[in-house]
Amino acid sequence: MSWGLNGVSVDVDGEKALVDIDLACASGELVAVVGGDGAGKTTVSRTLVGLLEPRGGTVDRPPSAQIGYLPATSGVWPDLTVMENLSFVADIYRVPKSAARIDRLIERCDLGDARRRLGEQLSGGMRRKLGVAMALLPDPALLVLDEPSTGVDPVSRVELWSLMTAAAADGAAVVFTTTYLEEAERARSIVALESGRILATGSLFDIAASVPGVIVDVRADDGRAWRRGRQWRSWRPDGTVPAGSTRITGDLTDLLVAATLAAEDAS
Amino acid sequence: MIARLDRASRRFGKVTAADEVSFDVQHGEIVGLLGANGAGKTTTIRMLLGLIAPTSGTVEIFGRAANRDSLRRVGYVPQGLGLYTDLTPRENMAFQAGVFGFAPPEPPADIERWWDVPVERLPLGIRRRSAFEVALAHRPELLVLDEPTSGVSPLGRARLWDTVHDAVERGAGVLVTTHYLEEAEQCDRLVLLAVGRVVAAGSLDQVVAGGTAVTVAASDWRPVADVLTRSGESVTVTAGGVRVPGGDLSVISRLLAEVDGVTRVDVDVATLEETFVRLSS
Repeated sequence: MSWGLNGVSVDVDGEKALVDIDLACASGELVAVVGGDGAGKTTVSRTLVGLLEPRGGTVDRPPSAQIGYLPATSGVWPDLTVMENLSFVADIYRVPKSAARIDRLIERCDLGDARRRLGEQLSGGMRRKLGVAMALLPDPALLVLDEPSTGVDPVSRVELWSLMTAAAADGAAVVFTTTYLEEAERARSIVALESGRILATGSLFDIAASVPGVIVDVRADDGRAWRRGRQWRSWRPDGTVPAGSTRITGDLTDLLVAATLAAEDAS
Repeated sequence: MIARLDRASRRFGKVTAADEVSFDVQHGEIVGLLGANGAGKTTTIRMLLGLIAPTSGTVEIFGRAANRDSLRRVGYVPQGLGLYTDLTPRENMAFQAGVFGFAPPEPPADIERWWDVPVERLPLGIRRRSAFEVALAHRPELLVLDEPTSGVSPLGRARLWDTVHDAVERGAGVLVTTHYLEEAEQCDRLVLLAVGRVVAAGSLDQVVAGGTAVTVAASDWRPVADVLTRSGESVTVTAGGVRVPGGDLSVISRLLAEVDGVTRVDVDVATLEETFVRLSS
């Protein structure tokens, strides 16, 4: 099965929050939604899980009992312990053999020593891991995680990623949002948003093919240059490679900077 | 030399938050201070700024023991940005100008149209740019930035780094705290902290050089991940297959000999994240 958004537009408070968004995530796949704050990541997540109704377009989603959702803000009850948070979700969703499943999730998240700790006493990283574990517990067909790794340090990030990929391996369609492009690059498919519109979409290869012009490794003074450490990159919309410079493929960071410059030129 | 910590330790009761930390920040360079939550980054910066004294060891800034007076020559952008959100960037700048005694400069052309809008109504990227402009206006010799581009769009991030690199080219030294590769790669040198100690230091290439990962390219990562996980390997799924940080090439090749769809098994240099995890545990 594949879930997602087809030509979806959403208004929030009378403003266009999303315009004509396509997103498809099949069972067993991971799709990354990237963009800065305000780009529309949370609106995409909320529309996917049915908390927002689109003004146009259609949404394919499983019945709500088969959706796991981690909101951008917490998703953990602060005055319940780690165990109580998980047991509560297990009861609501009537998860079969929940005790064994909870044990396995707690082990995977490295929360074993925190079973009796209250939600509010957890570090930011632990709270995000618990939130993801809670979203995963009912074994959802569609898992939507809004910024699971924000504020989470690298050790916990690795655990989070392994939880997410394990869910995909068990057959879930996993959609996650992030502002960190190195994370998005690991997903098979990427949806990059800017001001509620799609800036670029597809695999890294698709995105590289869709950016017009070329990226070269020299400085330019036309506002189309950026730095990666001590190295310069610039985007050449006419596709020419200046003498003494080399064309580079670019990673997701380079490609999205170039795509944003191209979109500004077009508007 | 802008700042130097020499075996600086700081204990809070029985907890050693910083344990013999040594590194320096020179003029014209960007140093990245990396560490998991609780690794000692905040304690280290507070010692550097003279806000707390080391329990042992020495901390020098601008050639003398760190103290609050040195803050006049420091620009600091915290994660919360430190702007008054009900004031405009122009009013924030005027306030900063009054405190430090300089004439408030005009804003850069590309953010001029936002200069009279209350900070709380600005998009995050512009808010961060404004915080940078305010923190840099008194031409500080040391700039301290806490996850400076967090939450900003790719182009907005590039513009923020332009501002930082411009200050560096004028001779400022910069200390960035982060745990993201995109920010770390903008730094000339990295210092990795784990449980209060420096566990690695040097350029990004030098820091990651100590570790490797086995990479497996496969048409379907699921059977690959399944076989490796059942054999006790810790596996990270990537767009084209999986990575096994610290894995053994011959062991993994043997485990995958019977798995369909494996196109290539190779050894790669560890990523910063993998290095981080290895050195933090």
